[in-house]
Amino acid sequence: MSGRREFVCIRCPLGCNITVETENGGIKSITGNTCPRGADYVTKEMTDPRRTVTSLVRVRGGELPVVSVKTAGDIPKDKIADCIRALKGIELSAPVRIGDPVAENVCGTGVDIVAAANVGQA
Amino acid sequence: MKKDLVIIGGGPAGLAAAIAAKEAGVEDLLVLERDSRLGGILNQCIHNGFGLHTFKEELTGPEYAARYIEKAEALDIPCKLNTMVIDLAAEGGRKRVTVMNRQEGLYEIEARAVILAMGCRERPRGALNIPGYRPAGIYTAGTAQRYVNIEGRMPGREVVVLGSGDIGLIMARRMTLEGAKVKLVAELMPYSGGLKRNIVQCLDDFDIPLKLSHTVVDIKGKERVEGVTIARVDENSKPIPGTEEEVACDTLLLSCGLIPENELSESIGVAINPATGGPFVNESLETDREGVFACGNVLHVHDLVDYVSEESSQAGRNAAAYLQGALAGKGKAISLRAADGIRYTVPASIDVSRMGETQTVRFRVGSVYRDAALEVTCGGRVLKHIDKRVLAPGEMEQVVLKRSELQNIGNSESITFSVRTEKREV
Repeated sequence: MSGRREFVCIRCPLGCNITVETENGGIKSITGNTCPRGADYVTKEMTDPRRTVTSLVRVRGGELPVVSVKTAGDIPKDKIADCIRALKGIELSAPVRIGDPVAENVCGTGVDIVAAANVGQA
Repeated sequence: MKKDLVIIGGGPAGLAAAIAAKEAGVEDLLVLERDSRLGGILNQCIHNGFGLHTFKEELTGPEYAARYIEKAEALDIPCKLNTMVIDLAAEGGRKRVTVMNRQEGLYEIEARAVILAMGCRERPRGALNIPGYRPAGIYTAGTAQRYVNIEGRMPGREVVVLGSGDIGLIMARRMTLEGAKVKLVAELMPYSGGLKRNIVQCLDDFDIPLKLSHTVVDIKGKERVEGVTIARVDENSKPIPGTEEEVACDTLLLSCGLIPENELSESIGVAINPATGGPFVNESLETDREGVFACGNVLHVHDLVDYVSEESSQAGRNAAAYLQGALAGKGKAISLRAADGIRYTVPASIDVSRMGETQTVRFRVGSVYRDAALEVTCGGRVLKHIDKRVLAPGEMEQVVLKRSELQNIGNSESITFSVRTEKREV
């Protein structure tokens, strides 16, 4: 059984149009990518799609009421909603610096959440 | 007050320009920023994807800004925050910058050189001619982004986005992640104005429909938005009667284009390119006013901050060379002509005696092309031919010209940038 799937690579802003030919559930060929990251992206996208997630958590006593945070690596796409929910209850105290730990092993993904902005004390 | 170099704007463009100028030996410089913090709009762009070119890693907006802010601090570059430039004028060879802030009031700075780095603004509802009352719940996408990401407030619960610019796409995802229902994104053109990767990871990932060739023809609600009417448009962007569709929502986000903010450039008499809304500049990113340079989104709207930083560093180095008397006098320059599918080029001219070993020329195409090529020609001679699988207005293109390639071209000649294609897809 052979098939064909079209992807737009999101690894960088070039956004290559990549075509994957499949045979018996496996990848037969990958064309259209301009760099190896494109091949890696479509392979992952077909087997284990992952995303880096960014969101906000509340800050107590800061010059701003929220600070942006991110997953330190990418997490499975189907865990995005759970990850966002897990952040809802968290509150940090100012000052917050880039890279400060926010949550460990979010939703069992093995990936930590870290602060992605600096918020000084009010 | 006298300064060698004044940089107007403390966002990514102004910071990169200031750092490059200082590193090139300009000691007497000052950055003027109207906001209460440096970093500009990056502070509210909490998504990742910044810095792949510059730092070879994926940073969020605030992280990318912090790298430059820390560098500026390490170099002791003076920055005035909460300070608004209200006028810019030429006085002999010098520039008079009129500024205002709460601590010092209104005063003037006399500068030998100025770098314009004021960025851009979003096109507001008033410029879109959408009928209806003026209910609460209509925001530009960037305003909503500020509410959500800086102030921690949600502007609404049921959202329609008009326009598929990058900020609109990013906000469709942000609002969804924060619990809102984004019903659809309507785009007037038959293609998106945003980056392809944003369509994949902001809309497709969350099953948000993108309705191309659609626009909002009516806004319902008097106190608060209650819904919008969308309709399909024909090839002249006119709504087609009978295709109207009601969509209930309490919020309408507008992502309908960015406009370089050039009021100050105009007040000093800089010539503006109608295709970009930004100044005409030469190879040194100098405007037609000597000693006045421009970079970043005030020059032309970029997709990538990495390119803003690169361009702005160049402007900073050139301003330093100008101040040190190392920038050769202006001779006759080769003019760059945008033709056949190319909307503009930055720079608009190149003086070979003033260029470096290479010159990056950035530009945008006017519509979507597949299996096309970019061509740079002089007379009948082809200087560059670059095959492209896809060209789209939402993606800025660039060509790097070598000094050796331009050496044999007379300064009264022009080189032409065009799209070569058999197939044209709309």
